[in-house]
Amino acid sequence: MKPPKFDYHAPVTLDEAIALLVRYDGDAKLLAGGQSLVPLLNFRLARPAALIDLNRVKSLAYIREHDGQVRFGAMTRQRAIEFSPVVARRVPLLREATRWVGHLPIRSRGTIGGSIAHADPSAEYPAVLTALDGEVVARGPKGERTLPPGALFETYLTTTLAPDEILTEVRLPAMPEGAGWAFEEFARRQGDFAIVGVAAAVWRTGERVTARLATAGAGATARRLRASEEIVERDGLTDAAIEAAARRASELVEPDSDIHASADYRRHLAGVLTERALKRARDTARA
Amino acid sequence: MPDIRLTVNGAPREGRCEPRKLLVDFLREDLTLTGTHVGCEHGICGACTVLVNGEAARSCLMLAVQADGAEITTVEGLMRDGKLHPLQEAFREHHALQCGFCTPGMLLTALDLLRTNPSPSEDEVREGISAVLCRCTGYHGIVKAVLSAAAGA
Repeated sequence: MKPPKFDYHAPVTLDEAIALLVRYDGDAKLLAGGQSLVPLLNFRLARPAALIDLNRVKSLAYIREHDGQVRFGAMTRQRAIEFSPVVARRVPLLREATRWVGHLPIRSRGTIGGSIAHADPSAEYPAVLTALDGEVVARGPKGERTLPPGALFETYLTTTLAPDEILTEVRLPAMPEGAGWAFEEFARRQGDFAIVGVAAAVWRTGERVTARLATAGAGATARRLRASEEIVERDGLTDAAIEAAARRASELVEPDSDIHASADYRRHLAGVLTERALKRARDTARA
Repeated sequence: MPDIRLTVNGAPREGRCEPRKLLVDFLREDLTLTGTHVGCEHGICGACTVLVNGEAARSCLMLAVQADGAEITTVEGLMRDGKLHPLQEAFREHHALQCGFCTPGMLLTALDLLRTNPSPSEDEVREGISAVLCRCTGYHGIVKAVLSAAAGA
């Protein structure tokens, strides 16, 4: 229950961190909040040659509004997001999801970039990134690129980031004024990873309804439920349309069975939570 | 081995250890502050919770080298002038501990909870202390103690 030996580096700039990744050629791990990586080290499930600690790279912690987006430095703590007035006003879905991330002492260390780069499919932030159709910025020795969630998440705990790339920024489009939202989750104990979670946002533009839905814990990655969104966008936010969208959600997800729950149970939960999330999002939306 | 300089319970401390040493082990073994308990060592039980720059954090999920330059508060730092902290008094008053193993983690988690939410509801207290496991199942007394400390503050 103690970490194996590793070289430790605590660079203060992003360029130094990238140079270290290049130097270790795939054998180094980036240390962000450490709330997932350090347990893996303690169990010795991870045995990297080196840890590159990003906690002293001050330029990676910020929350900024820019061009209709809210942009988060990758090292922004979940606790800072929970209490940010900008987040509460512009991406309230993220704020609500944050309350489901672990516990208070986990959120005081855990970061948005770490959670997304770790790509645990049952984590909340990948589902919010997917629902709101945000993007991430990755930087490596050859420069910078932006990736939508569909191009980032590959499978369980796996992204398409190259070994010498660092996820530096998370960008979420600001939700329109009057949008409603809900993050619904089922876990056996407060603060556990979701067995299934559903992120929902809805807003009206005149007569037109826009819906955003994504699941956590119901497959190998967070998953956008586009066909469910289309049902309420076409038929409106009536109880009947929401119930149809929820049934469709159960069909869309591709969960696996594991020690926590069977695939059937997860499928069932995806429907139940989609219905709850859409109804609550509808009821909190303003015209 | 790297040198570490930090402030623990208001006093400057220093040490030298391997980078892989966890903060909780550094506090207990190098600084002989054994009030912080080692439980699960993977971030679930909360027994090792301390304040890092004022915020509750698992000291089993931080490396000691990461605390270089930080201000740490452990359970040993709660008493003032030989008197228990009001939260500790409330724990005593409301029988909020049996074996005491989780108590340091409970106290420091509750301190941070009350700092950010000075008058929490019972539900908020329960949610806050869900970060720490009590195997004596003494949660009822702990909730009462935190609520009473909040009312008295």
